[in-house]
Amino acid sequence: MDAVFLARIQFAFTIMFHFIFPPLSIGLAWLLVVVEGMGWKKKSEIYLKIGKFFGKLLAITFAVGVASGIVMEFQFGTNWAEYSKFVGDIFGAPLAAEGVFAFFLESGFLGLYLFGRNKVSKGVHWFSILMVAVGSTLSAFWIIVAGSWQQTPAGFVIQNGRAELTNFFEAVFNPSTMVRFSHTMTSAIITGAFFMAGVSAYLIIKKRDIKIAKKGLALGVIAGLIFSILIIFPFGHEHAKQVAETQPAKFAAMEGLYKTQSGAPLILFSFPVDNPPGLIGTIELPKLLSWMAFGDSSKEIKGIDAFPKDELPPLFITFVSFHNMVALGMFFLLLMIWSAFLLYRKKLYTSMKTLKVLLWSIPLPFIAIQLGWIAAEVGRQPWIVYKLLRTSDAASVTVSSGEILFSIIMFSLIYLALGALWLFLLVKEIKHGPEKLTEKEATV
Amino acid sequence: MDLNIIWFLLYGVLIAGYAILDGFDLGVGVLHLFTKDEKEKRINLNAIGPVWDGNEVWLLTAGGALFAAFPIVYATVFSAFYLALMLLLLFLILRAVSMEFRGKIESQKWKNVWDWSFGLGSFVPALLFGVAVGNIMRGIPLNSEGMFTGNFFGLLNPYSLLVGVLSLIMFTLHGSIYLAMKTEGDQLKRMKNIAPKLWIAFVILYFLATVFTMFEAGYLFKDVLGNPIFWIFFLLLLVSVLYIPVAVKGDKFGKAFIASSISITSMIGLAAISLFPRLVPSLTDLSYSLTIYNASSTPRTLKTMLIIALIGVPIVLVYTIYIYRVFKGKVKLTEESY
Repeated sequence: MDAVFLARIQFAFTIMFHFIFPPLSIGLAWLLVVVEGMGWKKKSEIYLKIGKFFGKLLAITFAVGVASGIVMEFQFGTNWAEYSKFVGDIFGAPLAAEGVFAFFLESGFLGLYLFGRNKVSKGVHWFSILMVAVGSTLSAFWIIVAGSWQQTPAGFVIQNGRAELTNFFEAVFNPSTMVRFSHTMTSAIITGAFFMAGVSAYLIIKKRDIKIAKKGLALGVIAGLIFSILIIFPFGHEHAKQVAETQPAKFAAMEGLYKTQSGAPLILFSFPVDNPPGLIGTIELPKLLSWMAFGDSSKEIKGIDAFPKDELPPLFITFVSFHNMVALGMFFLLLMIWSAFLLYRKKLYTSMKTLKVLLWSIPLPFIAIQLGWIAAEVGRQPWIVYKLLRTSDAASVTVSSGEILFSIIMFSLIYLALGALWLFLLVKEIKHGPEKLTEKEATV
Repeated sequence: MDLNIIWFLLYGVLIAGYAILDGFDLGVGVLHLFTKDEKEKRINLNAIGPVWDGNEVWLLTAGGALFAAFPIVYATVFSAFYLALMLLLLFLILRAVSMEFRGKIESQKWKNVWDWSFGLGSFVPALLFGVAVGNIMRGIPLNSEGMFTGNFFGLLNPYSLLVGVLSLIMFTLHGSIYLAMKTEGDQLKRMKNIAPKLWIAFVILYFLATVFTMFEAGYLFKDVLGNPIFWIFFLLLLVSVLYIPVAVKGDKFGKAFIASSISITSMIGLAAISLFPRLVPSLTDLSYSLTIYNASSTPRTLKTMLIIALIGVPIVLVYTIYIYRVFKGKVKLTEESY
């Protein structure tokens, strides 16, 4: 098999597996900052026990995230040596900064948070989970800086056969960094909020630890509502506008716009086919896309026909993953509005159906995130650095397809086992539930 | 001193930081393979529990810094060592999860699986660290374009394997001294007993490796013997290595640990000063070697990275030292322990 194709498969597989864990870690860490803060300020045993319970789940998730993350730091060099040589002058710096500013912070303070509850003051203990949250957020920031530079490169000049840095701040704050960062961060908090709400819903359904579960549910739903709004407007919207401006070919593929036209429609649902290239079964809203992307309903938007064939991303994958992500985002908003409404009317704790929907919605933000990543990365193809370097020219030339195949098989087996163990241990800890409140605490 | 030399130095600091800090974690993991008692096993895990992850970050940061400062080395070496690195990653993954997973289920079989996975997840990286260093010292086949022309099995040459065993024993010794600081009673006695034996093995292996280096990579000694820095590191190594058994015998484990840290640093210092200014010597022809000049990023990037390091590293050191102080002293098993 083709070594470049295998290298693509390996990268996609290892990063998608890794990308299951950091969003949950980041989301949970920030929610735990709130929970532990309440426990500390209100001297509340209930919050303390929520903290311990979700802290354990965070620890398991973080461990698998660390384990699968090690691979990412080395994989650019092992599998994408030509890419590494081309971008090293720019791309390496954010990775190193991630180590110095983020990894040390989150891993150091996670140890203090998990093992130090009785060794340091309550204030320092709260500070330690805050630093875990800050560290994991900084980690997201720097890796998104690197990824965004691939999408919208800036602050460089092509010289000596490679991209050389001319302005660090332009490279870091390239046109897509901040929109991508805010979009990704909100999605991480949604993941954490759905997780906390769903797990708490489970405990209520099973009629266990009601006092603890109610607080967790309320926090999950409130955070879920706020961030489900934010991810659509402004962050999702801004991100789409940025893609429309800076990566028109990707935008056309995401939106399924085959013909260049003024007053382009927004396609709500459709099915892309190859022969002849186009969409079938389309439901669309006229002129809306032009208005949303450029604030002008008659604005001309470039369609797929405006680009040379060898500069187009795979259309089906880009379109389908993007649209399903948006659909999930809409569902998150509706579910959270409804749950928040019930919470406000004090009916949520007894609405078994809604609680069940919340429970079974736990995996959905993970899926939405994966879809979003696919739309972003597949949509960037055939480029590994947009308009500068093709993915097909970026792989290591000294690594054979047999070697890559070997490592794909190895990672598939180990990740399958890790993923299964992670799920198994999470479910086990959740079923075991939080520490029981003493009778005195329960009556407070 | 130009930016390239500063980054050579900083890179050495990162490697030494990794070897000292994760070195004792790996050593504890190797010793875990020989620990029988359940309580002692748990003490092994909890002795490094709060800190090992932060220690491993030195390796990740070294990877990132290599990419940023010397991208040609990052690209060439990592693709050349492809299979070896994939195996290393496999074992590092096993180590990372086994500590967290082990205590979650009350079953002997379950615990045995994670004991092995933790032990081997430490044993193999401790060995491969030296194999990698050995291959770099000896040089790897690079053509005039700086392309790797060797294969996986070429990396498993006798010289590099010997250096691998040396690093395995060095980290195990380092880990046994660390455990002596963290344990009491029988376990402490065992560590006090095994450390001198590991020390003897270490001294013999180091001597053998040095003699072997003269034959295998004689070019390393060509210019360096007149360099005072070489002799400073050599003296430091001599004094610190000789002090280790004395300190262990006198129950001064903290001092023994510092001595062992200094000897690790000196060994890396000796290797670095002999390699300088080469980063990856070419076995094919020394003039094809990757050096701190032909494999580096632009001065602008090196300067930016230096600023990042100067801001970030002092902060890291401050809270790392704080966290170590919180967990100072003998390990006590509590409800939060593994």
